[in-house]
This record gives sequence, C-alpha cells and structure tokens, in this order.
Amino acid sequence: MRAILDIFTIVAVVAGAFFFLAGTVGLLRFPDTFTRAHALTKADNLGLGLVVIGLLPQMDGVMAGLKLVLVWLMVLLASATVSQLIARAARRGGSDGGKS
Amino acid sequence: MNTPTLLGLCAAVLIGLGLYGLIVSPHPLRKIMAFNVMGNGIFLVAAVIARRGAGAGMGGDPVPQALLITALVVAFAASALGVALVLRLFEETGSASLTAPDAAPRTPPSESEV
Amino acid sequence: MTLALTLALVGLLMALAIWTVVARDTFAAVTGFVPYGLLLTLAWLQLRAVDVAMTEAAIGAGLTGVLLIAAAARLRATETPAWAERPGLATRVLAAIVSAAVAAGIGACVLLLPDPAPSLAPAVVENIAATGVGNPITAVLMSFRAMDTLLEAIVLLLGLVGVWSLAPDRFWGGRPGPAPTEDPNSILGYLARVLPPIGIVVGVYILWVGADHPGGKFQGATVLAAMWLLVMMAGLSDAPAVDRRWVRIALAGGPGAFIAVGLLGSVIAGAFLGYPEAFAKPLIVVIEAALLPSLAVTLALLLTGPPSRKDSSE
Repeated sequence: MRAILDIFTIVAVVAGAFFFLAGTVGLLRFPDTFTRAHALTKADNLGLGLVVIGLLPQMDGVMAGLKLVLVWLMVLLASATVSQLIARAARRGGSDGGKS
Repeated sequence: MNTPTLLGLCAAVLIGLGLYGLIVSPHPLRKIMAFNVMGNGIFLVAAVIARRGAGAGMGGDPVPQALLITALVVAFAASALGVALVLRLFEETGSASLTAPDAAPRTPPSESEV
Repeated sequence: MTLALTLALVGLLMALAIWTVVARDTFAAVTGFVPYGLLLTLAWLQLRAVDVAMTEAAIGAGLTGVLLIAAAARLRATETPAWAERPGLATRVLAAIVSAAVAAGIGACVLLLPDPAPSLAPAVVENIAATGVGNPITAVLMSFRAMDTLLEAIVLLLGLVGVWSLAPDRFWGGRPGPAPTEDPNSILGYLARVLPPIGIVVGVYILWVGADHPGGKFQGATVLAAMWLLVMMAGLSDAPAVDRRWVRIALAGGPGAFIAVGLLGSVIAGAFLGYPEAFAKPLIVVIEAALLPSLAVTLALLLTGPPSRKDSSE
C-alpha cells in the first residue's frame, strides 16, 4: 500500500513538473504579453494542482491535507488576479502588448 | 562535501557578489539590493553554523536560528529606511545620483501636486 | 540525492545573484531579486531552519520585494543618468579582486569550522520545560533572549520614525503614499475583499501555532501587514494619517507591553524580563498578542513611506 501511494506521488509530481516546464517554454517562446500570461496561468496552475494532489497521500492527517489544498486555492486566486492585472496594464501600456 | 559545507561555500560566493555590486553600482537602489544579497549570504553562513550545531534531538542549534530571524527583520527595516532616503533624494533633487554636485533644492511643488 | 538537490539550488542562487548585480535595468534586477529570496527559503529548509525559512519567505522575499518594486518603478527616470556614472574598468577590476578575496576568506573560514561543532542545543533542551513553550526557537526568542526581541521591536519602531522624519515639513502629520485612485470594484478590489479575512485567520494562526510548531509573531505579523497593504493598494481604504492617535497607540502598544512585563519581572522575579516560574507561558502569550498588531502596523507603514499629502479635511 505504501509503495502504491509513493508511486502515485512520484507520477503526479513529475506530471506537475512537466506542466511547469510547458508553462515556462510558453513564457520564453510566445510572442507577446497576452499569450505568455495565458500560458503561464493555465499551465502553472494545473502543474501546482498535480503537485498538490501528488503530495496528499504523504500528509499525515486530514488537516494537513486540507491546508495543502488551501494553499493551492490561494495560489489560484492570486495568480488569476495577477494575470488579469498584467493583461490590463499591457493593454493600456501600448498596442504592441509588451513585445520584446 | 556535505550539504551545510556546500551551502556555506555558496554563501561565501554570494557575499563576494554582493560586495562587488555594492562597490560598483552607481545607482543607490542597486547598492541597497546588492547589500541585501550580501546580507543574505552572511545569514546563510550563520545558518550553516547553526546546522552544524545540531544535537539533543533538534535539527539545528536554535540560538543562531532565533538570532537570524531577528537579523532578517532588522535588515528589512534598514532596507526600508534606505529606500525612503533614496526616494526622498530623488524628490528633492530630481536625480538619484550620489556623486552629482549638490543641486539647489527645487522649489516646493504646489499643494495639488504630490 | 539531497546533495544533487543542493547543487541545483546553489547553481540557481548564484545565477540569480549574478543577475541581480549585473542586470542593466533596475526593474529587471528586482525581478531577479524576488526569486532569489524565495530560493533562499529552500536553502533555509535544507539547513533545517524552518522558522527562518518562513521569515525569509514573508519578509526577505515578500516585503522587501514589494519595497524594491515600488521604488524601482518610481525611480525609472534615473536609470540612464545613473548608468552613465558607472566606474571605469580599473575600479571594477579592483572591486572584483577585493570581493574575491573576501569571498575566499569566508570560504576558508567555512571549511575550517571546528569539527565537533559547539552548540547550545543541549542547554536549550535542558531549560525549555521552564518556559512552557514547545518550539525551541520561540523559547529562545521570547524567554532566553527576550532582550534581543525587545530591542528588535524598538529598532523597527525607530526605523519607522526615521522613515517618517523624511517627510517635507509641510506634509508632517499627513497621509503617506499617493491618493487612492484604483477603482474599488476592479479585480484588485475583489481580491482585497476575499483575501484579507482568510489572511487574518492565517496570520493569527501562525502566531498561535508558533508556541509549539514552526511559526511565530514575525511571520504572522507580516501576513497581517500584507493584507492591510492589499486593502490600501486596492483603494478600499486610505493610508492612515500619521498623527492619528490610534496609529501612535497601535505602534507603541506592543513594545510598551513588552517593557511593562519586563519591569514587572524585575520586581517579582528579580531580573528585567525574568518570568516568574508558573506564569511564563501566559506572560509570553500576552507579549506576543500585544506585539502582533504593533508589528503588523509597523511593517505596513514602513512600506507606505513618509507622509506625502495633507488631509483635505483638515
């Protein structure tokens, strides 16, 4: 049982890391601010969710697991707000959307 | 070469980098940032010393770690004061240069300007 | 395995530190400084210093990052004149030699640290039962080295007085920061309504749990200060004028209570900040509860800066 939980953790965390990698590739390769913010928000939040799900079997107790899920929800809230603010600033800041 | 020693050597490099940035950067805000980099390197050395003092069922010597918490907070207060000084210098003289000859303070802006 | 992880961490730390020092644009350098602070959190965890890691994440990376981003944005106009003042090649080479010598010296000291390392951990374990708290760091901060914590709280207050003293005379007693222009119904306003209740619970929880697990009042106060700053930045509430009585009482209440308990201790237990044996835990709780709001207000006001406008109602 322990081994199955550990394998689940490893698979989920590696999948989460892959999504983080995909988000970073999007950050580096996409042409302007809007597409970059889109890639980062979507991929990074999914990556964090997979990491959190993967770590849940390693927690001892329901309360610790709930705290981990709370962390994920807070990050979702904060990153959604921040990406909206960045997109709004980029739209105001110039029609090039921050191409660099 | 174990983890504490490796981090200790990394801390030495960080102190060197911070010192270089402190001496070379002309902009005062960059100096404050380099000072923070150097300060964090020094704190890392203290944490390495704390880790090596592990014993009696604890992962590290708690006395240096408690002093590190104090140090982090005081370093932030010092950075805040430094940044306030740089911003005030900018507001008064229009430039953040430490080497320009003392400019006459600009006439105070009217109340509606901030 | 841990060594590979530490090597990766060290590589990233050095790369970010180099970026912070040599990046041409100040804003880009600040963008490198914030993840440097967050990676240092991982370094503290590698060294089993969990309380320090929380403090670094909250204050070292979080609050210092906000401070530097705000300053870098306001100082954008000084970039080009500052770059023109860069020292010549000779100075830079000399500075590099001096820095390398200092780094080598400290590296040598790290390698030559005594091998059965001296430690105060056994002494702490012997005496921790008398303090009534389970977390050794909290016991050291609030009981064995309580004088240092008192002086630290006073240093923070003095730092704030120093920041306030930089206000132009005509603005003394006014409100810090620019007038709120943010629409309170925007997305930031939404976040500033949803997050602070959760943040307040988390901040007080971190204070309370710090008695027996990693945590404590500095980390909790930083979370509370961040919530207040969010509310101010979203335009839901204006920065307080610095001559308001409640601001002064909130700032002085924490250190004042600490000093009062210390004087009480010098009368009852025979030494300044000595705790009578049975009352150690309640006194520590009283001090921490008094210090939490003071620290939160001090940290938030350190970030908003000196007063820069007069109240229009006065």
